[in-house]
Amino acid sequence: MKPVVIRGGRVIDPASGRDERTDLVIEGGTVAGFGRNQGTPEGAEILDASGCVVAPGFVDLHVHLREPGREDVETIETGARAAVAGGFTSVCAMPNTDPVTDNQAAVGFIIAQARRAGTARVYPIGAVSLGSRGEQMSEFGELVTAGAVAVSDDGKPVATAHLMRAALEYAQSFGIPVVDHCEEHTLSRGGAMHEGLTSTRLGVTGIPRSSEDVIVARDILLAELTGGHVHLAHCSTAGAVRMVREAKARGVRVTAEVTPHHLALTDAACEGYNTNAKMNPPLREAPDVEALRAGLADGTIDCIATDHAPHHYDAKEAAFDDAPFGVVGLETALGVALADLVERGVLDLPALVDRLTARPASIFHLPGGTLRPGAAADVVVFDPASRWTVEPATFFSKSRNTPFAGRALVGRVRWTLVDGRVVHGRAS
Amino acid sequence: MSPGPNLGKDLLGLEYLAAGDIRLLLDTAEPFKEVSERAIKKVPALRGKTIVNLFFEASTRTRISFEFAEKRLSADTVNVASVGSSVSKGETLVDTAKNLEAMRIDMVVIRHPSSGAARFLAERIESNVINAGDGKHEHPTQGLLDLLTIRDHRPIEGAKVCIVGDVLHSRVARSNIWGLLKLGAEVAVCGPQSLLPMGIEDIGVRVFRRVEEAIAWADVLNVLRLQLERMQSGYIPSLREYYRVFGVTEERLARAPRELLILHPGPMNRGVEIDSRVADGPHSVILRQVTNGVAVRMAVLYLLAGGRPELAEAAKGGGAGGER
Repeated sequence: MKPVVIRGGRVIDPASGRDERTDLVIEGGTVAGFGRNQGTPEGAEILDASGCVVAPGFVDLHVHLREPGREDVETIETGARAAVAGGFTSVCAMPNTDPVTDNQAAVGFIIAQARRAGTARVYPIGAVSLGSRGEQMSEFGELVTAGAVAVSDDGKPVATAHLMRAALEYAQSFGIPVVDHCEEHTLSRGGAMHEGLTSTRLGVTGIPRSSEDVIVARDILLAELTGGHVHLAHCSTAGAVRMVREAKARGVRVTAEVTPHHLALTDAACEGYNTNAKMNPPLREAPDVEALRAGLADGTIDCIATDHAPHHYDAKEAAFDDAPFGVVGLETALGVALADLVERGVLDLPALVDRLTARPASIFHLPGGTLRPGAAADVVVFDPASRWTVEPATFFSKSRNTPFAGRALVGRVRWTLVDGRVVHGRAS
Repeated sequence: MSPGPNLGKDLLGLEYLAAGDIRLLLDTAEPFKEVSERAIKKVPALRGKTIVNLFFEASTRTRISFEFAEKRLSADTVNVASVGSSVSKGETLVDTAKNLEAMRIDMVVIRHPSSGAARFLAERIESNVINAGDGKHEHPTQGLLDLLTIRDHRPIEGAKVCIVGDVLHSRVARSNIWGLLKLGAEVAVCGPQSLLPMGIEDIGVRVFRRVEEAIAWADVLNVLRLQLERMQSGYIPSLREYYRVFGVTEERLARAPRELLILHPGPMNRGVEIDSRVADGPHSVILRQVTNGVAVRMAVLYLLAGGRPELAEAAKGGGAGGER
C-alpha cells in the first residue's frame, strides 16, 4: 500500500488533544506520525490540504442502509459510498431491515456486504427483540460475536418497560449499549408532525413532545435501576435534554445523540406539506432546537448522528399523511453542522469534530475516531469555508429525500480515507 | 384557464385568501342565489368547460352541491368516486393527477382524507383545483357558505361566533376560523379540551370549556358534527355524556342573553351535539346553509374559471331558455 502524506492542513484530533497545522503521514494504512520531521516516505501520494481541516473520519451511530429488503432505495454499497462522500468512515446500521438483523447470520451478511463495497466501515446493530416485535429478546451474545456493536429496535421503541429492563441487564455481559427510539405510541398514534400551532393550521395530526419524553424518562429510570447503558437515539425535545442532563449529573449511564436536522430546522419546514420534512421524531419548535444545541455544546447530548433514512421518490411524492417518515443525511451532515452550529457560534470546530468522532466512537466502543499514531488511518479532509448548494441529484445515496435541497451549506469534503486509502475525492 | 381576479388558480383554503377576496366570493354568490330559484335553473357561464369531481372520501351533500352548481353553470361534469385501493393513497393521487392532466380537463373538485391533498394536486396540474375538504385541514366552500349565511342575517364584522364541538378533527372549523377572523368577527371555540387543537388560542381564538359560557357570549353558534368514532378512540367517554355536557339544547339557549343564530354543517347527529328542537327551531339556519352552498360554489367556479365579478349579474341573465 502506497504511503500518503496529507500536507499543510489543520489537524484536529480531539481524542489526543491535537489542533495544529502540520503534515499527517500514513504508512501501512495506519497513522505513522505528524510533521515535516517525519520526512516524505518514498513513493508517497501527496494530498495538499492547505486551507483544510484534517480530522479523524466521522463516526455515525445511526444509519438505515435498507439492505437487505429495500435495495431499490439504498444498498450497503451506496450507503457506504454516501457515507464517505460526507466524511463518515464508520457507520452503524440499524437492524430494521427485511429481514430484521436479529441473528448472527444477518449480522454476518452486513459485514460481508460492507467488506465487498470497500468504502466506509459498517458496524451492524442487532435487534433487541426477535423481529423487533417487542416480545422475545434476541441472542445478544451471538449478535456481538458476529460483529454487532449495539442493540436496538429502532423505528420503534423497545416495546415494554420489562423488555427494556431485561435488555439493559442482559447487555451488560457483552458491554454493549441498548439504543432506544423514544416514542410512546399511544401518544403519537396517527401523528405525522410535531403537535403545535403549525400542525393545527395544516390540519395534520400532531406528535406531542411528551410522546418522546415519557419514554426518555422510563429509559433513564431503568438504566438507573439496572446499571445498564442506555443510548437515546435522535433526541428532539427540550424535555429530553433536561432529563438527560439531570440523569448524567446523578451518574446514570445514559448517552444521547441528535441529528443535524433537529439541530437546524423547526416544524416550519413542514409548511406547504413538504414530505421531505417529515421524519420521526418530528421537527419541533425553536426552543427545542435551542435546547438541543445547548445540550450538544455542554456535553449533555454526546454526539451528532444522521438517522440517514432513504426513501423512494414515489413514496415521498404523496400527501403528507401518506408519506413515510425519514430523511437522508450522510451527505449534508457536515455542511449543516458547519453552517448551523459553527458559524452560529454554538460549537467551535474542534468541539464539532469531537461530536462527530471521538464521542460517538466511545459510546459504541468502536476503534475509530482518533488520529493517534498506530490507529487505522481513517481520515477526512474538508474545506471548512467552501460554500455550496445542496443538489440532491448529485448525491451518492440512491435516495434524494432531504429537507435541505437548495440550501446553502458550508464545508465540503475533499478527501476521505479508510485504512489509508482514498475512498472519496480525487487524488492530486 | 385564466384565473379569476386576485384569487389565483385554485381555492385551497380560506387561510390563503385576503379579506377582499373572500368578500368578492360572497358578493359574487349573491346574484347566483337567484338562479336556483328559477323554474329553469341553468345559465351558460361555464358552457364548454369540463369539471371532474374527484371524491376520495364518502360525501353526499358536498358532492351533490358541487354537481348542482356545475350543472346550473352549464359545465360538463364527471364524477369519480375513488375509495382507497390496495396501492397507497399517495400513489393513486400522483397517477390520478397525471391522468387528469392528460385528459385536458379545466377544473377539479377534490375531496380527500389527507390534509394537503388538494394543494398536492394543485401543484401538479394546470387545471383549477377546488378543495372540497382535505383531511382536517380546510373545507373552504363550507366556510364561505357559513359566512354567506351569517351575512344574510347580520354583519359579520363584530359578530361573536362560537364553533362548538370536535374542532380538533374539523376542517369546517378551520375554514370558518380563518374566514371569520379575516372578515372581522370575534371567534371562539368550545368543546372538551381533548377535542380542541393545540395552539388554537395563538390563532386569535377564544376557548370556552363549557357550552353554557359559549352560549352566554355568542351571537352565532356553529355546531359541529361529532363523529361517533371519537368515543371509541378515547377522546370522550360517551355520546350520552357529550349531549348532557356539550349539547346545544333549547334549555341552554333559553338562558342566553340574546337570540342566537344556529348553524350546523351537517349531517347532524340529533340528540348528540344538537337537540332536534334547536335544529328545527326558529333560529336554525341549517337549511339556508345548504341552499347558500350551491350559490357559493357557483361563485367559486365562475370566478376561478375567469369570470369577471361585475358580469356575474349579467351571466345569470344569459340563461339558456331562462327568463331574460
